[in-house]
Amino acid sequence: MPKLNNSSDPLALQTDVLILGGGPAGAWAALAAAEAGARVVLADKGYLGTSGATAPSNTGTWCVAPGENRQQNVDQRWQRTSGLGDKRWMLRSVDRTYENLLKLAEWGYPFPHDEDGKLYIANLRGPDYMAFMRRRVLRAGVTVLDHHPALELYSDGDAITGAAGLDRQRNRDWRVDAKAVVLATGGCAFGERILGGSTLTGDGYLMAAEAGASLSGMEFTGKYTLAPHGSSLNKGLPFRWATFYREDGTPILDSTGAPLSNGIGEREKEIVNAMIEAPVFAKLDMADPALQGWLRQGQPNCFTPYDRMGVDPFSDLFRVTFKAEGTVRGTGGIRVATSDCGTDVVGLYVAGDAASREHLTGAVSGGGAVNSSWAIASGWWSGQGAADYAKHQESRRFGAISRPLGEAGLRPASSLKTGLTPKDVIESVRAEVIPLDKNYYRNGTGLLASRDRVEAVWRDVRDHLSAEGLDRVRSREAASIVASGRWSLTAALARQESRGMHRRTDFKASNDALTRNIILTGVDSIRVSGETESRKDLAS
Amino acid sequence: MIEIISAGRCVECDICVKVCPANVFDTTDGLPVIARQDDCQTCYLCEIYCPTDALYVAEQADGPTGITEAEVEDRGLFGVYTRALGWRRGKPGGSELDTTHYLRVAQV
Repeated sequence: MPKLNNSSDPLALQTDVLILGGGPAGAWAALAAAEAGARVVLADKGYLGTSGATAPSNTGTWCVAPGENRQQNVDQRWQRTSGLGDKRWMLRSVDRTYENLLKLAEWGYPFPHDEDGKLYIANLRGPDYMAFMRRRVLRAGVTVLDHHPALELYSDGDAITGAAGLDRQRNRDWRVDAKAVVLATGGCAFGERILGGSTLTGDGYLMAAEAGASLSGMEFTGKYTLAPHGSSLNKGLPFRWATFYREDGTPILDSTGAPLSNGIGEREKEIVNAMIEAPVFAKLDMADPALQGWLRQGQPNCFTPYDRMGVDPFSDLFRVTFKAEGTVRGTGGIRVATSDCGTDVVGLYVAGDAASREHLTGAVSGGGAVNSSWAIASGWWSGQGAADYAKHQESRRFGAISRPLGEAGLRPASSLKTGLTPKDVIESVRAEVIPLDKNYYRNGTGLLASRDRVEAVWRDVRDHLSAEGLDRVRSREAASIVASGRWSLTAALARQESRGMHRRTDFKASNDALTRNIILTGVDSIRVSGETESRKDLAS
Repeated sequence: MIEIISAGRCVECDICVKVCPANVFDTTDGLPVIARQDDCQTCYLCEIYCPTDALYVAEQADGPTGITEAEVEDRGLFGVYTRALGWRRGKPGGSELDTTHYLRVAQV
């Protein structure tokens, strides 16, 4: 077998639309931009087809057919957003998602049939879905660059003009001049070992903020999902049929004295409380034999840990843990400023978990359905928006006057500091934003102390962290994780109330005056502002 | 995380090098190698893309378990997830048999 070339000649391309990220949002953006007639390059940190949180998993979508009381469905869902949802965005996302799911069916994606023999399009099996999307994207003529992590954006001072990064399997730099860029880089998992977590390091947030884009909802990072202890399987669904115990088999009782069961939804908090005290064990013994079969066949990835451990989860006790999910199943991200998913920065678009999802799901998690629909809808709109914008930039010249925007982790403010490693940086941030007793339950004193510690790490990174060659990917990931943690803590301090997944023990109730988004602008110096009115520029 | 590349099963196609989203593997003149094990996110996708069921990802995400190839072979664990999905020889299959819609009805 031949070895890969180790060419040091940089790759230089010019295109209309550059998409960063190869999960579902990036794939849909690529298809929409190509359909609109744009030349499209998609660069992914990993591999289009396996990257991101969707590919290893199995996800429902928020799928409501026209005529199935869509408005009523949106109204019901809106009640769960604790006032932060925007019904117009919700309705148009449902509509766009449905249209695109029908496209998938027309294109031949092998959906299952329901018990009535009807095609069931409300669920997508991650590996199959993303393998299918890869083939469609390639067939649409998109140039796909796998294993090409982006390091930074370029700007000519007026607009975004492209991005640069590293071809990590050939150890060479790349730069793509583009008339528009779509960030579909996913959320930030803060280094948690969850499905998709290794590539989801918040890179897009840092790149966007360096360009001047705002972030919104970064305080909503308090979402955790149960998993077999030590595993990567942050999938809540099987725990619907779980009962919970201490190690010796004693049932754990809830606040009313009844044995704890059903680990998703309302009971989650009780399990968290139990886990803060001592290890928690579970078995899925509420699933009858028919359900066991459906679980195994429908959610086979959930059973990989048990089968490999040699545990029968339907009868044996196994230890469970809560996996932190950052902004992946949280809702914060880059603020969406226009109806075509433009950001506050000209020429820069955003899709999927890289974007704030507050307008769809508010302060509660969009994991499981809303986020996957948002990836489809926002991917589509951002691709179209970027292609339309690019069409109007025919005369734009590339190159000469563009400059790179990357700072932290790439171009330190002062000298290098030995002993400062990306791994240590990430561990320091994790110590503040992962533990249940710091981040599931929050309070002002604790948040302030965490913010100060993360602030110190940030200053170190800003001033001293840098790397050469391939190591730039890791130093930039570390910079993105510490920046994301710092934004999250800043927003959590600003929201002096409890709302959805933001639980303040010092402000247990929600405050009507805070029924608004907390918007952050700036990388080193962070400006906090609120948005009271919902977006005015929504066209459709 | 990824622990085993079976020399007996591997055909040196290097698909795992290509598809791993975390860039865990490297090519060599022979078998691919696990070059950056700690970057593995335990997503099992390399296993299903492998056309010869030559890879084994252990269930512990934080560090290796030390399981041996002989044990994986004895317990029939090579390709077990691939078969559960209905993928074959590294190609998708089986999504049309997904039973998740029954779970959605039952979970309410």
